Amino acid sequence: MSGRAARVLARPEAAAAVGAVLIWVLFAGLAGPPFRSMAGTASYLNAAAPLGILGVGVALLMIGGEFDLSVGSIVGVSGMSVMLLTTEVGWSVWPAIFATVLLCLLIGFLNGLTVVRTQLPSFIVTLATLFILRGLTIAAARGFTRRTQLGGLDDVAGYDLASYAFGSAPFAGLRVSIAWWLGTAALATWVLLRTPWGNWIFAAGGQAEAARNVGVRVGRVKIGLFMTTAFCACLVGILQAVRFTGADALRGQLQEFYAIIAVVIGGTLLTGGYGSVVGAVFGALIFGMVRQGIVMAGVEADWFQVVLGGMLLLAVFVNRYALVRAQRAS
Amino acid sequence: MLAVTLAAVVATAGCGEPSERSLTATDGAARGDLRIVAVTHGVSANPFWSVVINGLDDAARDMGVAVEYQAPNTFDMVAMSELIDAAVASRPDGLVVSVPDPDALGGAIRAAVDAGVPVVTINSGEVASASLGALAHVGQAEYDAGFGGGERLAQAGVHRVLCVNQEVGNAALDTRCQGLQDALAGHEVTSSVLAVELADPEDTRQRVAGALSADPTIDGMLTLGTTGAEPALAALRDLGRVGAVRLGTFDLSTQVLEAIRDGEIDFAIDQQQYLQGYLPVVLLTLYLETGTVPGGGQAIPTGPGFVTIETAQQVMDLTRRGLR
Repeated sequence: MSGRAARVLARPEAAAAVGAVLIWVLFAGLAGPPFRSMAGTASYLNAAAPLGILGVGVALLMIGGEFDLSVGSIVGVSGMSVMLLTTEVGWSVWPAIFATVLLCLLIGFLNGLTVVRTQLPSFIVTLATLFILRGLTIAAARGFTRRTQLGGLDDVAGYDLASYAFGSAPFAGLRVSIAWWLGTAALATWVLLRTPWGNWIFAAGGQAEAARNVGVRVGRVKIGLFMTTAFCACLVGILQAVRFTGADALRGQLQEFYAIIAVVIGGTLLTGGYGSVVGAVFGALIFGMVRQGIVMAGVEADWFQVVLGGMLLLAVFVNRYALVRAQRAS
Repeated sequence: MLAVTLAAVVATAGCGEPSERSLTATDGAARGDLRIVAVTHGVSANPFWSVVINGLDDAARDMGVAVEYQAPNTFDMVAMSELIDAAVASRPDGLVVSVPDPDALGGAIRAAVDAGVPVVTINSGEVASASLGALAHVGQAEYDAGFGGGERLAQAGVHRVLCVNQEVGNAALDTRCQGLQDALAGHEVTSSVLAVELADPEDTRQRVAGALSADPTIDGMLTLGTTGAEPALAALRDLGRVGAVRLGTFDLSTQVLEAIRDGEIDFAIDQQQYLQGYLPVVLLTLYLETGTVPGGGQAIPTGPGFVTIETAQQVMDLTRRGLR
């Protein structure tokens, strides 16, 4: 094997990329032409996109050594915030989106600040945030409107342009959310591999103490990562609110786990310091293909969770094996 | 093959019984290729929806067609619309969907209709069904169900009734209270709505007890679900007014059925969701074969059915078999 090929295979995302090809071949066989058709392809790419966007933020955060279990709740918060600010407060769509992004960044900042200041595990801190935010979303929705499902965003001023940016399907059923997914992933990959921030993120997750000693402001890096993750969740909430012209207080449930699964399938380690955003893109793609492919293959959806858990276990085994080999090599 | 074709020709000509049997045989062969996908918001572990699924499965067997059931893991309209997209991409012969949120699901359902897939909506979405392009809706007419409940309470001789609503703001539930109120108004009985918390039975019990103590003239109650019925019955027991306050409820549970059998609850309004699984498969199969739709796209009501002291035991047995 040439040195170049070996280097490619040693990348964290290598297994996920191979896995994505295998899963495609599997479902192209099981589900037949529907899976290979344009409609089928659009269906799994559209399903993968929101999870992929969450995965971008979560991958960076996990490489930085932290978890965020509140991303699903932030999806719920942001959609409901857009709806309440428009249909209840009377703002037009764009100011509502802008304010919602600020709200999400604030939530991410508070998550990060709490973790950094208290030195508590982010798993616990954001588990608390998960429930607090979900409860607040339901309470706010019921408090203002006595409902938990709000609709009618398409009647609000500014919706047409927002629909073009967040809710459209410009090409053959492919949604604009796919462009957001690949765009954020490309930006995050550039930051991770080509800027000093990338080095700081790897260092903060791998060896925080050593990083501090060489002058990396680990606390700031981590707070920034929590804000990035919250921003990604916010984007998903906005994409869904605009596309479905409404919000539901329960939206985004379980997405925090799906995002972690996509990131882990993508080769990022739970211990931090090692991983890739490109891997998370493949992880989300695999997730989307399995989720939609099972339906197209005519298998009852109950089996999706079984397959999902199985893939997670398999991914962890492969990652462990790859890591052991990498450590032996170095 | 020739014999079968001949038999079919004879059958269409309308002769005797043997040829009729042959007709069913030819249809059976064609039906074996029909594939219907059901996408609902009900996870298959939910007791209500497992009865719907049993209806789908039984109809699939009886009609000789293939039926697949899909639902998201949580109440997630985004995931549900994606499941509909995937189902449509697989080009099924028919689609059965529930529509708890027409805003979120409308796009996916219209896309199915545009792709030429006949759609039947079930359970929720009675109002939106026709505008989404569905052939028919199979579900409980909420207003009629509330109205029927009102008539029953009026016959029991009540004078003042509480509509105990665990989800004020949910349009379907508000419609039930409206039906109740209109039915009672016809008998010059007054009614009012008591809002309670879906997730907090203890709080519900307190509020019902409080309302009954504050207004002793209340002698009838209709709860809009078993989550209201069980605490309401507990409140009546606390106050020693079981039987003195006539109690009816929507939906069935083991506790509710036992209370009906024991005479503590007067009746339960059953939306007979087995039919919401069974009928759409029959409707789609017949539509695909003959192009017929009963009622010209009007909603087909599966309820209200009423469970009373006479039928409670029988329903309990059917519940155990997953048919009610």
